[in-house]
Amino acid sequence: MEDEKSFSDICGGRVVLRRRYYSPYCREFGLSSARLSLRSLTAVTCAVWLAAYGLFTLCENSMILSAAIFITIIGLLGYLHFVKIDQETLLIIDSLGIQMTSSYASGKESTTFIEMDKVKDVIINEAIYMKVIYYLCILLKDPGKPHEISQVVPVFQSAKPRLDCLIEVYRSCQEILAHQKATSASP
Amino acid sequence: MVLKAFFPTCCASADSGLLVGRWVPEQNSAVILAVVHFPFIPIQVKKLLAQVQKASQVQVAVLGTWCHRQQEPEENMGHFLEGLGAIFSHDPWLQLCRERGTRFWSCKATYHQMSTNLGTPTEDQVMLIFYDQRKLLLSWLHPPAVLPGCQDGETTASTGGLADIFDTVARSEVLFQNDQFDEGPVRLSHWQSDGMEASILVELAKRASGPVCLLLASLLSLLSAASASWLWKLWPLSFIRSKLSTCEQLWHRLKHLSLIFSTEKAQNPMQLMRKANMLVSVLLDVALGLLLLSWLHSNNRIGQLANALVPVADRVAEELQHLLQWLMGAPAGLKMNRALDQVLGRFFLYHIHLWISYIHLMSPFIEHILWHVGLSACLGLTVALSILSDIIALLTFHIYCFYVYGARLYCLKIYGLSSLWRLFRGKKWNVLRQRVDSCSYDLDQLFIGTLLFTILIFLLPTTALYYLVFTLLRLLVITVQGLIHLLVDLINSLPLYSLGLRLCRPYRLAAGVKFRVLEQEAGRPLRLLMQINPLPYSHVVHTYRLPSSGCHPKHSWGSLCRKLFFGELIYPWRQREDKQD
Repeated sequence: MEDEKSFSDICGGRVVLRRRYYSPYCREFGLSSARLSLRSLTAVTCAVWLAAYGLFTLCENSMILSAAIFITIIGLLGYLHFVKIDQETLLIIDSLGIQMTSSYASGKESTTFIEMDKVKDVIINEAIYMKVIYYLCILLKDPGKPHEISQVVPVFQSAKPRLDCLIEVYRSCQEILAHQKATSASP
Repeated sequence: MVLKAFFPTCCASADSGLLVGRWVPEQNSAVILAVVHFPFIPIQVKKLLAQVQKASQVQVAVLGTWCHRQQEPEENMGHFLEGLGAIFSHDPWLQLCRERGTRFWSCKATYHQMSTNLGTPTEDQVMLIFYDQRKLLLSWLHPPAVLPGCQDGETTASTGGLADIFDTVARSEVLFQNDQFDEGPVRLSHWQSDGMEASILVELAKRASGPVCLLLASLLSLLSAASASWLWKLWPLSFIRSKLSTCEQLWHRLKHLSLIFSTEKAQNPMQLMRKANMLVSVLLDVALGLLLLSWLHSNNRIGQLANALVPVADRVAEELQHLLQWLMGAPAGLKMNRALDQVLGRFFLYHIHLWISYIHLMSPFIEHILWHVGLSACLGLTVALSILSDIIALLTFHIYCFYVYGARLYCLKIYGLSSLWRLFRGKKWNVLRQRVDSCSYDLDQLFIGTLLFTILIFLLPTTALYYLVFTLLRLLVITVQGLIHLLVDLINSLPLYSLGLRLCRPYRLAAGVKFRVLEQEAGRPLRLLMQINPLPYSHVVHTYRLPSSGCHPKHSWGSLCRKLFFGELIYPWRQREDKQD
């Protein structure tokens, strides 16, 4: 079962939440943010090249122009490969674990998988950062000490959706976690 | 809980048979290691499993049946497979089935034991997780789960679900020794069933490494015994040895080489990686050194270097003389105490004159010395860089001496001033109590104290200026030496083999796993693909970094500034003995 819904993030931009229910105990949530816009790319490139041309007229050294082109290309590649996150996915599988994937604009994917033993709960936390923002996070526990929280892992850090989107994801995750706790209590 | 069945991708196209693997009850998961094909004799299968269990300490058992239907569904096959459940009893009993031409499977897991009260066998939902057996076998999970009883090879409780799976597959290597060309009684299907993988070069290297290691280890032990002998502890050899960074670097490399060629095998993957990293580092070092050697000895560069060295030293001395002349005048418009200025200036000028004469005395021999020292580059680039650092230290020896004189004078002045300032206020430093106490002084003590205080404070700007200038020069030399040492450290400690492994065979160094959901059909069990998530490069460097020879500055910025202000001498790398000239 698959559906898509459009929400907004904390800066007012548009994010799309894509939900896929593979089975009663396996769900995936993908948040895609806006792609790199041609307008901003052109603006930055023009600014850099104008500055380089200005320096060139001052110094009469043509190395500045080639250096500017080089810097623009390397900067763009670096930005696409290391900074611009296109889509963030949360895959939750009952009795196996939770997996978070970030796909960058250059196609690189970075994945983290947390086993179900280590997951204590999934919660929505609020933070005060010039205004109040909400974020979804996973609480981890040490398998040896089940009542202490060892780590807090925030999810959807780059997309930063608003509370309405987070509530949908939270409800689904809680269903699965409740089911997991019920079945693990009775082996 | 849902039952998780870990199925190797290589067996997905195998013929029907029995599933053999390990059942992990704590996580309700079955790790399938191989498929036993028809025809087989149950006694032989049980014997093989007992053998494997004894050799690998992994509890392999028959977990269920695997049915790969090539043609129309056969009814008698179904009954036959169910009959097998009675022969090899296992709870739960898995039944995996795949139709030819489709990608969708059907799985059934029946629990018999629990249902003896109820009468009918209960079924459970199954989740299929495919994994690549070869990659899982070869990979090491970081951080490695260190269990207290692990060395004995006993089966311990699961530390973390995935570490257990990795462990199971890695330890069942003996099960994968039989391939389809063996004439054994049982026919298995696993990742090596098409034939064992091996490389001729690796096998030859393994055979040759024994005697080669023995020979080299004995040579190296001879060398280390010679270098650790009592002769080196005598003065002045021990003195020279502690000063030169070249000796330190050579000693470091000797230790590395003796570790690489030691005759004992590596106990765990960490040690193996360390040995490999050291070997690659030494080889790269020697290769770069030979490159440098060939560059130096071509086009008579040594001669050019030697001819340029003396004029450069002359030039440096000349610049220093100009600097001192400037200080002896009115530097930056500051007014200095004439007499002290002249004394200090003349003293340092005479020193420079001595130094120049020394350099001119040495000039005919410099080319020969450089040529022979250049040969040492074949021992490695790090050795050549250490020698360069030592040469810089020797050539700027006069700057070091000036710094020591200036610092000592300044330090004396500061301590004198602080003590006399306390006298001014009627206080004294109590050495016993380590604090400042009030004290009543006699009149003549106070008179002389005040006089000395005035003299010292008016002479302070002159001394402070000389101290400042020479400290800056010394810091410049230390910075240059520091950069060279940083480069040497980098070559010494970078784990190149691990980085190469991460680049070319990323599945060997695993940080974890990642799952991908495969094509799904309603009503069929969920299928996932488990792949290895490789370790990020920063973690690789951090985990496998070789220990460096320990030349890091010992103080923080705060203590450095404090030492500079009070005129205490700074020893940047190791504890150098105070040079009294």
